[in-house]
Amino acid sequence: MDWQFLAFSLAKILVVFAVVMTMVAYAVLVERKVSAFIQDRVGPNRANPFFARYIPYLGMKLVRWGIFQPMADALKAILKEDYTPAHVRKVYFWIAPALAMVPALLTLAVIPFGSQLGAQKMVIADLDVGVLYTFGIVSLGVYGIVLAGYAANSKYPFLGGIRSSAQMISYEIAMGLSVIPVFLLVGSLNLSDVIGAQSGSLLAWHVFKQPVAFFVFLVAAFAETNRLPFDLPEAETELVGGYHTEYSSMKFALFFLGEYAAMISVSAMMVTLFFGGWTLPFLGLDQPAQSLWVGLLHILIFFLKLCVLLVGIIWVRWMLPRFRYDQLMDLGWRRFIPVALANIVVTAGVLAMMHR
Amino acid sequence: MIVERKPLNLAERLYIPAVANGFKVTWRHFKRTLFEGRTAAGDTAGGFHPEVPWRVGEGYRGAPYLVRDQDGATKCVSCQLCEFVCPPKAIRITPPGPDGAPADRRNAEKMPREFEINMLRCIFCGYCQEVCPEEAIFLQRDYSLSGTSRAEMIYDKEKLLALGGAHAGLRKWKQKEDEARAQEAFPPAAS
Amino acid sequence: MAPSAETIRIKIDGRELDVPKLMPDWQGKLQPTTMLQACRLAGVEVPHYCYHPRLPVAGNCRMCLVEFGTPMVGPDRKPVLAEDGSPKIARSVLPYEPGTPRGAIACATPISPGMEIYPNSAATRQMREAVLESLLINHPLDCPVCDQAGECKLQEYSVEHGQAASTFVETKVHKPKAVDLGPRIMLDDERCVLCTRCIRFTRDLVGDDRLGIVNRGSYNSIAAYPGSRFENNYTLNTVDLCPVGALTSKDFRFQMRVWFLKETKSVCPSCATGCNITIWSREGRIHRYTPRDNDAVNASWMCDQGRLNFRWVARADRLTEVRVARDGAPLQRTTGPSALQEAVARLGRVPKGALALVASARLATEELWLLRRLAAHFEAVTDVVDRPGTGDALLVSADKNPNLNGARLTGIAADAPGSRLAAIAQGISAGRIRALIVFGEDVTRHGIGAELLAKLDTLVVCDLFESETARRAQVVLPGAAPAEKRGTFVNTKGRVQRFWKAFDAPGDARPELEWLQDWVAAQTGAPVPATVEGVFDEMARGLPAMAGMSWAKLGDLGLPLIPPAAAAEGSKP
Repeated sequence: MDWQFLAFSLAKILVVFAVVMTMVAYAVLVERKVSAFIQDRVGPNRANPFFARYIPYLGMKLVRWGIFQPMADALKAILKEDYTPAHVRKVYFWIAPALAMVPALLTLAVIPFGSQLGAQKMVIADLDVGVLYTFGIVSLGVYGIVLAGYAANSKYPFLGGIRSSAQMISYEIAMGLSVIPVFLLVGSLNLSDVIGAQSGSLLAWHVFKQPVAFFVFLVAAFAETNRLPFDLPEAETELVGGYHTEYSSMKFALFFLGEYAAMISVSAMMVTLFFGGWTLPFLGLDQPAQSLWVGLLHILIFFLKLCVLLVGIIWVRWMLPRFRYDQLMDLGWRRFIPVALANIVVTAGVLAMMHR
Repeated sequence: MIVERKPLNLAERLYIPAVANGFKVTWRHFKRTLFEGRTAAGDTAGGFHPEVPWRVGEGYRGAPYLVRDQDGATKCVSCQLCEFVCPPKAIRITPPGPDGAPADRRNAEKMPREFEINMLRCIFCGYCQEVCPEEAIFLQRDYSLSGTSRAEMIYDKEKLLALGGAHAGLRKWKQKEDEARAQEAFPPAAS
Repeated sequence: MAPSAETIRIKIDGRELDVPKLMPDWQGKLQPTTMLQACRLAGVEVPHYCYHPRLPVAGNCRMCLVEFGTPMVGPDRKPVLAEDGSPKIARSVLPYEPGTPRGAIACATPISPGMEIYPNSAATRQMREAVLESLLINHPLDCPVCDQAGECKLQEYSVEHGQAASTFVETKVHKPKAVDLGPRIMLDDERCVLCTRCIRFTRDLVGDDRLGIVNRGSYNSIAAYPGSRFENNYTLNTVDLCPVGALTSKDFRFQMRVWFLKETKSVCPSCATGCNITIWSREGRIHRYTPRDNDAVNASWMCDQGRLNFRWVARADRLTEVRVARDGAPLQRTTGPSALQEAVARLGRVPKGALALVASARLATEELWLLRRLAAHFEAVTDVVDRPGTGDALLVSADKNPNLNGARLTGIAADAPGSRLAAIAQGISAGRIRALIVFGEDVTRHGIGAELLAKLDTLVVCDLFESETARRAQVVLPGAAPAEKRGTFVNTKGRVQRFWKAFDAPGDARPELEWLQDWVAAQTGAPVPATVEGVFDEMARGLPAMAGMSWAKLGDLGLPLIPPAAAAEGSKP
């Protein structure tokens, strides 16, 4: 056994996990702040821990910006009574939140979030079939929600569960088909190779080479993460929260974390597949780092791209109304799947012509 | 009435202009709040809730309270229509029964022995006010109800009457009594 | 009495139909069919206040006015025919004002051949509106404080036939309110529509001519005869009869609005007459009994005594815990199954013939049947407690047990009910009887004293209330009141009548039948039907007097037992 590999992998896992959890917490804050600003409100600005006033100058500003709100939220979620209704199917009821949360985190294992620091590649598992792994794990995400809907043993969660199974399975197809042209172009399923193929110039980014693929992937990503305008499994206004209606406390928080972690995963996927990953097409930033500083810079670049996409996804929620269920299905099966298929055929055709 | 749905044109079907317009609107508000510091609460009330109480408009449907009449008597006659109509079953009335205290004003025959509104259940729909034949219960302007226990949030008759205050308006029982007094003695004296 | 076979063809609302020429009146005598009866047969409701099918017709409220027409007769006494050959109909009009329709009171006008009745014509509607307006002239409109609200004919007809606003601008006549008419009745003269139903009921049915109308014109009001009180045993029927809120029950006064009350069909358990009743309850509390129509038993009436005898159901000393005394320890709370286990184990050690069973004739017949099976298993001596009292000529029976006939039928009761109790007491004191089962009675008050109970090895008690007997038992099972279970009573005339469950028994209490189903099955090893229906059907198969009966066939009104002679006839091959 390679102890060094194990140690570094473990370190990377811990760091990624810590960073992602923090991002999740602050993504929630950003969500609340953005929604507040869009709706002429101010958002969370009162969480005021005892130590805030000892921070010179910034203390009260941080309070006003709601920086401490995620801490209060977490504390509340942990301390709240963990209530299990009498009518639920207990085993599934307890498993479901974990099943919703875990796949979202597992996806991150194959995302290259930087070039390298020293000799270490900044990816937890540099799989040759990275993208297959991703789609395999993503399709597990539906089980958490379906089980939650089933286990709750009441009507709204049940409807939410049914909706989500139909929705996620449908859009998985569109999502899977949409990225095939990217891999036709790259010629490899390894995500590091995908990033490598996007170096050179801005136009090498797949978002410009394959705009149709990106568009289909983007919409399918919204559907897969149950974000508006496709949040039908939750649909507060019609299903009073859908599959997590019966959940409270930390179990509810796990669903919440799962949703935002899933957002981070798909954003990371999009950055990797379409936005050149950790590269920037100038100053030689598109080549693997030779020094520690450049390595850190690459991680920062990846992080910033990720944040931009996250804010985009959050913004859309406050911009577009929810689709109707039939519209959602119509869009998935009768628009996106044919478009994605056509895109594959055209891309394959063009490639065949060029390589003859 | 059936509203005819216009067929969508291509631009509408593509959904892209709608997205662009959505972004325009949301950006306008985002920018105004974040960079100009303007908020709905600031514009309308001049501040935020706990520090600057929100001014509610006329006809606001806040907590339902019982009112007293001009003479300080309980207006409610325990007809229990509000209890019946209350969609979340927040109201619970204990009728006086045959040996309960009579109404604290003359001629009205009865008043409730106990009148409880569970403010945790109340949905402020205003049906009780609308159904009341005695003008005895009104949704008033209180919107900030809080308590430290469930029991505390069940308001009893004394509390509801104290919070409700007095209300002018019709005094039909008094009018009936005055009318009866004005009429000749019953049975009329044989002439 | 059945209506006559001879029919008359008339038209109601344009529909032709044949109605019997004669129909029974309030006393059951055949009289010419009235327009109101004919409309009822046609399924058309004619609003009315003073008419009641079981009271003499008075025809004073005028609410049932309808427009009608009769075939025209020419000077030659022959019907005048229209062009198409049908008889020409002359609509009823005022004789001095031929343009104005004239109504007739449907309750007192007999029908004649070829007559046409227009219960929904514009003229009829206008007449109703006018009558209602007139009735409401001096009405106080105090529905919020009126107990009748919700079941008030004035309210109902005002909604259906009345005007939205009053045109009466003068001052209303104010009559006496809250008049104390008798010990159970309160009168509000302002609400009265002077239909005289109460007067006719108490004069013609009860024979206590105590009520009348005093004063004249718009000062007309109901009153009791000066210096006397309205206090016979049937006064509360006038409250049911009163179509408005004039007569109200002091007992039910201001208790609960009727629209909250759940109606459950039941049978009055206060005496052996078995008057059919409706239990009006809310959230496990009985608020009142009212009689339910059954011509074979109580017509539409019941006595005040039985009507007000329901408070005991909610008494504070109800047994609500299952209790067992194990190995000489004092009684302690336990679960139902473990108590039954204890009873079965204790009684399993009792030799045949060493057990006695005292049941109550207030239990349902099904329960007595299962007790019979239990007693047969032990070859036990059984009996019930007799409750003689005083009856009257109308409804009250001298037998105060609601189901003595059921106890006789199932063989629990001795031929002279209660006569074996002395033998049981003797058996206990002689040590022949080692165990006693008591259902629903406090035997210490009926000849088996506490010192005798102390001699027993085993005493199992199932009762509703704490009693000396229950305190001395080793197993105590809390039982249920008739309002808390389903079952049947056999009344004094041998009519099997069902009663239904209005609400759950308090605490751990369960219907005796449920205890017995588990107990009998465990004790005898023989299967016991799991439902009331099943037990009844089993009993009906086992008793010749119930041959052919089933729970479903009993219906709301019950069925009479087959007389012994006929039963013997039927059982022959």
